Amino acid sequence: MPHVALLLASTRPTWPDVLVFAASAAVILVGSIGVVTARNPVHAALSLVMTLFGVAVLFIEQEADFLAAVQIIVYAGAIVVLFLFVIMFLGVDRAEDVTTEPLTGQRPLAFIASLITLAGVLAMAATAHWVTGARQVVGPIQGHVAGPNSPAGEPAQLGKQLFTTYLFAFEATAALLVIAVVGAVVLARRPPSLHADQEDGSESELPA
Amino acid sequence: MSLSGAWYLGLAAIVFTIGAIGLLVRRNVLIMFMCIELMLNAANLTFVTFARMLGDIGGQAIVFFVLVVAAAEVVVGLGIVVTNYRRRATTVADDLDSLKG
Repeated sequence: MPHVALLLASTRPTWPDVLVFAASAAVILVGSIGVVTARNPVHAALSLVMTLFGVAVLFIEQEADFLAAVQIIVYAGAIVVLFLFVIMFLGVDRAEDVTTEPLTGQRPLAFIASLITLAGVLAMAATAHWVTGARQVVGPIQGHVAGPNSPAGEPAQLGKQLFTTYLFAFEATAALLVIAVVGAVVLARRPPSLHADQEDGSESELPA
Repeated sequence: MSLSGAWYLGLAAIVFTIGAIGLLVRRNVLIMFMCIELMLNAANLTFVTFARMLGDIGGQAIVFFVLVVAAAEVVVGLGIVVTNYRRRATTVADDLDSLKG
């Protein structure tokens, strides 16, 4: 346990850190509750943006500057815009009735099950040896050498690890993205047989 | 130096729970997808916290992959939603009961 205690109370947080954490935690919680309770899907998407910005601030607070930038660009810039595009494209941007419960007793059961899960996770975190891993297995967050020509810092370390240790996984994600794009195109394309049927139908109706 | 990691892990657990509740309770497929994004973000926050606590860049590399997988998942999922909307004109999961018999 000694190094767990060391990790938990290694340094005393200063009051700006406490302030940043409290503000972003409030933003994250308000945003995530907004996603769940919003009646309009557009409002839910905007609440999701709020949550993502809060998480990005916490990434910066924890020395993950590159991931914070990627979080804003990919999540807030691409994924949420995709959500909003589909909502507007389908025209489902109207408020729905969330007061009725289609399945009786489902909401209390969902609350109870989720709260049991939360309590289990928190109890596990409070009692178990949850940070007993070896330190710096893959690589350090900050670079070893901070010379004028040697890249040091978190983005350089992350890129180095992505292209050495995780090279196979990186290539696999490239293949995954290509497969996802092809799948989306195939899914969103209208099937040609449908057009053929309609044309056949109109032609057969004309002589009759 | 920032706060101890326990605060971040607790916050991530709460956000994960909110996302799980939303996924179980909501009926709109689009909002269910957004709740999945919430849960993925909570997991990302946990990974970054452990990366800082152990001083290991591996946790941040995993977050990078989670982002890529989330993007691919959203693209395919929204494609399915659009295709389904063409046939049934609904995004409510309860209305997709044609296998009910």
